[in-house]
Amino acid sequence: MGAMNTAMHMSDGLVNAPTAAVFGLVAAAGLAIAASRARADLDERTAPMAGLVTAFVFAVQMINFPILPGASGHLLGGALVAILVGPWVGSLCIAIVLVVQALLFADGGLTALGTNITNMALVGTFTGYAIAWALRRFAARSRTGLLVTAFVAALVNTVVASLAFVLEYAVGGAGGAGLETVFALMVGLHVLVGIGEGIITAATVAAVAAVRPDLVYLLRGTRPALTLRTPGTGAAR
Amino acid sequence: MNALGSRFLLGFLLAALVIAGGLSYLASPDPDGLDSVTLHGCTVSGTAAGEQLDGTCIAQNATESHTAASPLADYAVGGRDGTTGLAGVIGVLVTALLGRLLFRVLRRPGDGARAPSGAEPGKD
Repeated sequence: MGAMNTAMHMSDGLVNAPTAAVFGLVAAAGLAIAASRARADLDERTAPMAGLVTAFVFAVQMINFPILPGASGHLLGGALVAILVGPWVGSLCIAIVLVVQALLFADGGLTALGTNITNMALVGTFTGYAIAWALRRFAARSRTGLLVTAFVAALVNTVVASLAFVLEYAVGGAGGAGLETVFALMVGLHVLVGIGEGIITAATVAAVAAVRPDLVYLLRGTRPALTLRTPGTGAAR
Repeated sequence: MNALGSRFLLGFLLAALVIAGGLSYLASPDPDGLDSVTLHGCTVSGTAAGEQLDGTCIAQNATESHTAASPLADYAVGGRDGTTGLAGVIGVLVTALLGRLLFRVLRRPGDGARAPSGAEPGKD
C-alpha cells in the first residue's frame, strides 16, 4: 500500500507478458552491447566518475518536482549520463539505478524491468546523446552553448523515452485507456517533465564542466574552450 | 588520482548524499508523469486495505511488486514514516558501490599505460 506516491517507474501488469518478455530481450541485448562498447570509454579517471554518476542519478530521481497541480516529474537521466560519461557507460549507469530501484525499493516491477530499461537506459540515453552529439561544437564553444545543449538533449530524451512507453502500450498494453489518450497525455506531461529534466541536466553538466571539463565526455576532442583557471589549483592538474 | 580529482569525486558523492538524504523530504508526493497517465480515468481513495481505484484506468492492471516486502520498499526503512532520507542514503551507497564494481570490472586491462601523468595504473 502507499506505493502510488513513491513509485516512479512502470509496474508489472501494464503490458502483457509477451510484450514484457520481448522488451526484456531488447534490454538484455542493448545492455550487452553497451557493456562491450563501454570498455573503450573506461579508464582510471572515467571509471570512478561513472560509479558516482550512477549514484547521483539515483539521488536526483528521488526528487519529484511539481509540473501541474496534482502531477509531478523526476529526472530520467539519459542525457545527463550521456553527456558526462558517454552513451555506452551511461546506459549501464541508468540500468544499475533501475535494477536497484526494482530489487530494493519496489519501484518498478521485475517483469517491467525490460521495458523500464529500454525506455530510460537505452532510448532515453541514446536520444540524449544523439542530440548532444549533433550540437557538440556549439556546446564546446561557450558556457551558454553547453547549457543550451544539455537542456535541449534532456528535454528531447524525456519526451522520446515517454514515446517508448506509448509504443509498448500500443504493442501489448493491458488496457484501461485508449491509445490516443495515452499518447497525448504522455507527450504533454513529459514536455513539462522534460523542462525540469533540462534544467537539472544543464545545471549539473555546467557544474562539472566548471571544475573538471576533462570529465565531460561530450567535450572530449573538442577545443578546450571551457578550461577554467581555478586560482591556486593550477599545479594540481 | 591527484588531490583535485579525489576532492571532485568526494564532492560529487556528497552532493548525491545530501540530495537523497535531505532534499528528498521536499519531493512532490504527487504521481509522476507516467503514474498520472496510468491513473487517468480513476479516482484514488485511501482505504484500510490500501489504495482503491474507482473508474477505468491503466493502473488497475498493475500488480504488486515482487519486492514489496523489501525492507526498503517505497523508499522507507522498514515501512517507517520519515525514513526516506536514510533509505536514500542507503540507495546512493548501494548504487555507487555497484557502479564502482561494474565499471572496474569492465575497464580494459592494461589501459593504465595511457594514463595521464601523475596517475598510477590500477589506482583510482
